[in-house]
Amino acid sequence: MMFGIVTFPGSNCDHDTMHAVVDALGEEAQYLWHKDHDLAGSDVIILPGGFSYGDYLRAGAIARFSPIMAEVVAHAKRGGPVLGICNGFQIACEAGLLPGALLRNESLKFVSEPVRLRVENAESLFTNRYERGRILTMPVAHGDGRYTADAQTLARLEGEGRVAFRYVQGEGDSDRYWSPNGSMNAIAGIISDAGNVMGLMPHPERAVDSILGSTDGLGIFESMLARVAA
Amino acid sequence: MSRFSVALHITPRRGILDPQGKAVAGALQTLGFAGVEDVHVGRHVIVELQASSAADAEKEARAMCQKLLANPVTEDFEIAGVKAR
Repeated sequence: MMFGIVTFPGSNCDHDTMHAVVDALGEEAQYLWHKDHDLAGSDVIILPGGFSYGDYLRAGAIARFSPIMAEVVAHAKRGGPVLGICNGFQIACEAGLLPGALLRNESLKFVSEPVRLRVENAESLFTNRYERGRILTMPVAHGDGRYTADAQTLARLEGEGRVAFRYVQGEGDSDRYWSPNGSMNAIAGIISDAGNVMGLMPHPERAVDSILGSTDGLGIFESMLARVAA
Repeated sequence: MSRFSVALHITPRRGILDPQGKAVAGALQTLGFAGVEDVHVGRHVIVELQASSAADAEKEARAMCQKLLANPVTEDFEIAGVKAR
């Protein structure tokens, strides 16, 4: 299976994502340049983290006009899987692949720390290797991660089980919802209505090696492999 | 075609949490501006363009806000002024 990892000017998690796919998952991956006009046969597209175009105007606002994004949107419309991580989540929202927006953290501070997430949907293309209710640990590193949507959108996401992950408190066995950025309903990641696009603020690609403290992120990559390769 | 400059105000939609505005309001109150009730921090954008009339320039700027300059999910915009240059 071939993963395509898009590199925008300012992307800085593209290499970590390559490491997660190639070294941890054991699959093939290729970089796709933002000026490219085709996906070079990629089965899955990953929009990685970083600060594409310096976050000018709004995080993700300019990246969505890159030539490659027209192909990514077409791929998503055909039902092709797209995973947006951190800045990739912001880009997916700006491009209309996912509803809502990611605004400045409520604290106005950049948060960079491991967080705990509760798996809310364990059936999706991106989460089928987890069990519902499992608590995962992954790092976050963002200044604009406050998920915001209108009441109707939020009700739809909740009603259709499209909230993939929620932040929970960082201590002990607690599974009480809490948010490092002020996200509505403590939302950390959501899935598109067709089920083939997921965006999340935490970094699963930085949680695939036990030496770095967690391998909980690998499940997302394994989930995609299980569903797409099948 | 004539040359115009259009000024745009883009602000967080009322009702959506604006932590930046709140922080600035708190700072102003601390400085003694006791009458400050709330602050909304947004962006001021000036677009210099060519158009056939001021009305056309404004129409163009409105489309720019809808397509790029403002996020329709979280922000409101208004045309603050159109000037010939």
